[in-house]
Amino acid sequence: MQTLKLVAVSAGLSSPSSTRLLADRLTQATRYRLAEQEYAVDVEVVELRDLAVDIAHHFVTGFPSEALQGAIDKVTGADGVIAVTPVFTASYSGLFKSFFDLVDPAALTGTPVLLGATGGTARHSLVLDHALRPLFAYLRARISSTAVYAASEDWGSGGDEYTEGLPARITRAGQEFAELIAAAERRAGDGEEELVPFEKQLADLRLD
Amino acid sequence: MQFGIFTVGDVTTDPTTGRTPTEHERIKNTVAIALKAEEVGLDVFATGEHHNPPFVPSSPTTLLGHIAARTEHLILSTSTTLITTNDPVKIAEDYATLQHLADGRVDLMMGRGNTGPVYPWFGQDIRQGIPLAIENYALLHKLWREDVVDWEGKFRSALQGFTSTPRPLDGVPPFVWHGSIRSPEIAEQAAYYGDGFFANHIFWPKQHTEKMVRLYRQRYAHYGHGTEEQAIVGLGGQVFMRKNSQDAVREFRPYFDNAPVYGHGPSLEDFSSQTPLTVGSPQEVIERTLSFREYVGDYQRQLFLVDHAGLPLKTVLEQLDILGEEVVPVLRKEFANLRPAGVPATAPLHPAVLASKEV
Repeated sequence: MQTLKLVAVSAGLSSPSSTRLLADRLTQATRYRLAEQEYAVDVEVVELRDLAVDIAHHFVTGFPSEALQGAIDKVTGADGVIAVTPVFTASYSGLFKSFFDLVDPAALTGTPVLLGATGGTARHSLVLDHALRPLFAYLRARISSTAVYAASEDWGSGGDEYTEGLPARITRAGQEFAELIAAAERRAGDGEEELVPFEKQLADLRLD
Repeated sequence: MQFGIFTVGDVTTDPTTGRTPTEHERIKNTVAIALKAEEVGLDVFATGEHHNPPFVPSSPTTLLGHIAARTEHLILSTSTTLITTNDPVKIAEDYATLQHLADGRVDLMMGRGNTGPVYPWFGQDIRQGIPLAIENYALLHKLWREDVVDWEGKFRSALQGFTSTPRPLDGVPPFVWHGSIRSPEIAEQAAYYGDGFFANHIFWPKQHTEKMVRLYRQRYAHYGHGTEEQAIVGLGGQVFMRKNSQDAVREFRPYFDNAPVYGHGPSLEDFSSQTPLTVGSPQEVIERTLSFREYVGDYQRQLFLVDHAGLPLKTVLEQLDILGEEVVPVLRKEFANLRPAGVPATAPLHPAVLASKEV
């Protein structure tokens, strides 16, 4: 049985946080569906709150602390990433964006990603499509079709005649994400930089 | 093994006094620092190259030519010669001239430069950084080795029947180091030519330097220049010393906390544990420096950055006294004892320099 690495990135700031709660629910739903397909799943959670100072230091010094490098390695080495942010000022939080600013732009190419966001009101739900999707499209990740937004009221209500409730959306997202992960070809390479032999570099310039 | 200093050439306000040196003072101070390096028995002085404020060294061979005239033993080098934006023909001419004036006491370090606008200011495109470094150096290498050069490349006008003058002193081109912080292509380039590889080292954790040096050594052997152990490696490092460790930390902290490159980020203690920065007693600097060979192997050149963060000239000269009297003599002995036979002690020296040493 193959073991898949699932990494949830949560940018929630309080503890406990509804962002973390949503990340955990999405992880659980995905894991459940993968287990049905006989995959073993290792889950790790990266709490950006714990790395906030390290992230700021990286911007200043140009290199990551060991803890931050460890978190980046987890995310870029994952078979699937669940990325969840609170909505701040009509977009993902600055901490969330700052973390992904420090990930090599090519490191998530082809990685299945499930997006989630939380907020005080459902009026911000399009953040998923206006902010999060473009960010991960730029990173060339494979974005799972259903992304989940949880407003405060969603935690205490069911669906209505137009929309499914939060649990149904989470289940659907987990199902689709599990299919995406199972279908994704395991990416080759372990992050070691590929070396272009010097003759090739010269040849590319058509020098002798 | 060779020990020396390298300077970035920044004009930085002394945070403890609020005083900013003029460009004139900074340039004159740089000369004083180089002369002091010779006086205290260091081997190498290397200058950076920059083309924007707050930096003064835009004309390295002018500076090094002046220092050459006022010193006898010091090797004059660079801690970046911009191979991307300088015309390789002009580099060939300038450094060959310097080599004659300095009787062979010259080597230099190629670098790409990391200031975006410098590329367009000099008519180049930063996205072509690596190809520029490769093509321009291929031309420079040829200009120093072939009397008459025919050349056609992508980035500069073609040359037909061109001779770069003066020819290198005694027909021996200056030794070249390639400096890179993060590009494996440059380690590969250094290995291909059998040139030296200089790991700047000072802003990055050691794992990174270790990886780059290992790659360079493997490829050096691959291209048949010698064994991996024989590859020519140089390292940077930055220090601040006082007799007592606590005094060093107390005195340097306000400089660290406000320096343009270090300041307003991690604490002095965190930065010291993550990079080679060593603030402490001479003994601590000795131990830290000796530890570098544990992850890069036996190496040939160690350059220290001592005129950083806005330190006043007097303090920098005191640092050089400590380096020359207490640190480098011990390091010379210790590194020599540890170095296995067959591993070169220095990068290849110019025959004129070797001859003067024998006299």
